[in-house]
Amino acid sequence: MTLDRIKRGQVFKILAIADELTRVQAIRFGFAEGSTATCSEIVPAGPVVLRKDRQEIAIGRGLAGKITVALQ
Amino acid sequence: MAHCHGMALQMDIPAEARKVVLAGNPNAGKSVFFNHLTGLYVDVSNYPGTTLEIAHAKLGHDVLIDTPGVYGISSFNDEERVARDIILSADLVINVVNAVHLERDLFLTRQIIDTGVPVIVALNMMDETARQGIDINHDLLGEMLGVPIIPTVAVRKEGLDKLVSSLDQAKPGYIDPELQQKLNQMFNRVGSQAEALLVLEGDPAVSKRHGIEPGADREVIYLARREQVNSIVERVTKTVIGSTSFSAKLGRWMIMPLTGIPILLGALWLMYQTVGVFVAGTVVGFTEETVMLGQYEPFVRDLVGRAAPVEGIPGTILIGEFGVLTMTVTYVLGLLMPLVAGFYFFLALFEDSGYLPRIATLTDRALTNLGLNGRAIIPLILGFGCVTMASITTRLLSSDRERRIAIFLLGLAIPCSAQLGVIAGLLAGIGLSFVLLYALVILTVLIVVGTVLNRILPGHSANLLIDLPPLRLPKAENVLKKTLTRTWIFIKEATPLFAGGALIISTLQLTGALSLLQRAMSPLTVGWLGLPPETATAFIMGIVRRDFGAAGLYSMNLTPAAMLVALVTITLFVPCIASILIIFKERGRREATIMWVSTWVIAFTVGGLLAQLLDLTAQRGDLAAISLAVAGLVAAFMATAFTRRVA
Repeated sequence: MTLDRIKRGQVFKILAIADELTRVQAIRFGFAEGSTATCSEIVPAGPVVLRKDRQEIAIGRGLAGKITVALQ
Repeated sequence: MAHCHGMALQMDIPAEARKVVLAGNPNAGKSVFFNHLTGLYVDVSNYPGTTLEIAHAKLGHDVLIDTPGVYGISSFNDEERVARDIILSADLVINVVNAVHLERDLFLTRQIIDTGVPVIVALNMMDETARQGIDINHDLLGEMLGVPIIPTVAVRKEGLDKLVSSLDQAKPGYIDPELQQKLNQMFNRVGSQAEALLVLEGDPAVSKRHGIEPGADREVIYLARREQVNSIVERVTKTVIGSTSFSAKLGRWMIMPLTGIPILLGALWLMYQTVGVFVAGTVVGFTEETVMLGQYEPFVRDLVGRAAPVEGIPGTILIGEFGVLTMTVTYVLGLLMPLVAGFYFFLALFEDSGYLPRIATLTDRALTNLGLNGRAIIPLILGFGCVTMASITTRLLSSDRERRIAIFLLGLAIPCSAQLGVIAGLLAGIGLSFVLLYALVILTVLIVVGTVLNRILPGHSANLLIDLPPLRLPKAENVLKKTLTRTWIFIKEATPLFAGGALIISTLQLTGALSLLQRAMSPLTVGWLGLPPETATAFIMGIVRRDFGAAGLYSMNLTPAAMLVALVTITLFVPCIASILIIFKERGRREATIMWVSTWVIAFTVGGLLAQLLDLTAQRGDLAAISLAVAGLVAAFMATAFTRRVA
C-alpha cells in the first residue's frame, strides 16, 4: 500500500520511494528504502508525520501517495 | 588576498592562514561556537546571488568561516550550495553535531569526512542527552569516525576551550574502502578528493566546473553512508529512559488543525500586538515622525536646498515630494526598518523554537490547492509586513513554479503592514459588516487566483518534506543575530530599489506623465467603480507607496459602499514600486510585465463587479446588499471548488 493510507501509530517498512530527489533527501533523514518507521501523526487531509528513533519528518499527502510501504 | 578555490565569496585571508570552517546541521548550536571563538571583530559578506550572509573572523593565526546549517552538502538549495563551496575550500572543518540527533547529524559528518578534509567534531548538547536519558560513548564514536571528538555544551561554554586547543589534532577520518577506490579514480581527473566526491555524487555545479558528466552514484553512496551512520549510532548510543515530554505533546498539538489553528491564531495575534500595534504605532511614531520627518528631512532639505533648490529638477529628484534623499530614506529607515525587524524577530523566534516547520505542516493542505506547499507560509506571513521583503524570501521555495505563484499572490492580494494600517483605520469608520466583506473579497481573490494559477501553469509544484526538530526554548542570542542579519540584508537590498522607484516617480512628476495618468484613469474610477474623480490620484499614489494610495482616501467623503470598493481595488492594485522592481529582478521582464498588468486587470475587474453588485442591491438597504454580495462570493468559492473537482 502507499503511505497516504497509513494510520496513526502503525509501524511500517518503506519499500519504494518513486521520486529520486525525495529518495535521497529521505536517506539523509534516515528514512531509506528498506528502513522501518512509525506513523506518529496524520494531519487530516494533510501531511503524514513519520518517526524513526528521535527523528521526525512531515511528508505532504501527495508525496506520501508515491511512497510504497508494507505494514509490520 | 587569497581567493578560495571554487568559491564565489571574496574574503581577505592572509596566504599563510588556514581556513577553518564551522559546519553543522540547522539548530546544532553552531552560532554559539562562532561567537565564542571569534569575539567582536567579525566580517560579514554576502554570498553572490543569494540572501545568505557568511561571517568570518580571525581565530589566532587562522580564519574561522561560518556556513549555513545544512543536512548535507549538495545542490538542493542555496544554503547547501554555499556550505558546499565553503567546505570545498576548507583546510580544516569543525563539525558541530547535535548529540541528541546523531542519526541525522552524522550523515553530514560522514559526508564531510568523505571529502578528505581534516575534521574535528564538537559533540554538542551533551547536557540534553543526559536529560533525555541518552548515553553516548564518545570515545567509541571517535574511533569509528576516525576523527577527534570533543564533548561540549556550547550555551554554557563547556568544552569550547578544549575544542580550540585541540584544533591541531583534527585529521582526515575513516573512509569506506570501496568509496575510497572510486574517489582515487576520480581524483586523477579532477585533482581534489572533495570535488571528486561531489562529482561522483552527481553534483551538477561541481561536475560542470570540471567539464565532466555528473556521476550516477549518488544513491549508492548515500545508502552506504546511511548504513554506516545507523550502525555507528546503534553501537555508540544507549537509551536509558524514554518518556513523552510536554514539548512533544505541544509539538503534536501544533500540527493538528483542531488545536494547531487556535495556537497559530494566538501566535499571529501576539505578532500583531507586537509588530502591528507596538512597533507600527509607538516605535514608528518615533523613528518616522520624530527622527526622520522632524529632524532628518528638514536638515537634509536645508543642506541640499542651498546647492539645488527644491523647485529645480535636481532638487525635485533629491529632496522633492518623492525625493531620493527625503522620501526614500524616511521610508526605508523610519518606517520599514522597524517593521521588517519586528517581522524577522518573530520569524527567527518561530524558526529557533522549531515552530516554523510545524506551521508549514499545519498549513500544507490549504496551500497545496494554491500550487504551493507548507513552506510558502513563510513569505505569505512576511507579506503582511512588507511585500518587498516577502518577495525576496520566495527564493527559499523549492521550485520555480512555486516562486512564480507566491510572488504573484504577494503582489496582488497581500496588503503590507504600511497599507494595512491605513486600511484598518478606514474600515473602522464604516462598520464591522464591511470589514468582514473586505476580508472575504480579498481572501476569495487569493484563493481563486491561486487555484487558477495552479491549474493553468505547466508542471507540478514540489511536495512538502520537512524536518520536525524537537521544540525548544528559543535562544535570545540566535534570535537577535538572525533578526539583525536579515534586517541588514533587507536594507542593503531594498534601499536601491526604493531609491530607483522614487527616481522613476519623480521623473513621471517632472515630465507631467503623473497627472496625465491620473486623467487617463478617471473613466475607469468614475464610470466603472462609481467613485469620485479624485480617487484616481489615490490610485496613482498607490503605485509609489501602497499606504499613500489608501491614505489618499481619508480626505474624500465616500459612502461606506464606495469606501469598500475603493479599498478592495487599491489592495489588489499594483504593489509598491520597490516590490515591482523586485518582481522584475526575480522574474524577468516579460513575466513581471504580465504580472503587473494582471494586477491592474484583476483589481479593476473585482472592484467594478463589487461596485455593480452593491449598486444593484443598494435600494434594499445595507444588510440585504451585503448578504447578497456575500452570497455572490460564496458562489464564486463553490464554483472554484467545483471546477477543481471536475479537473
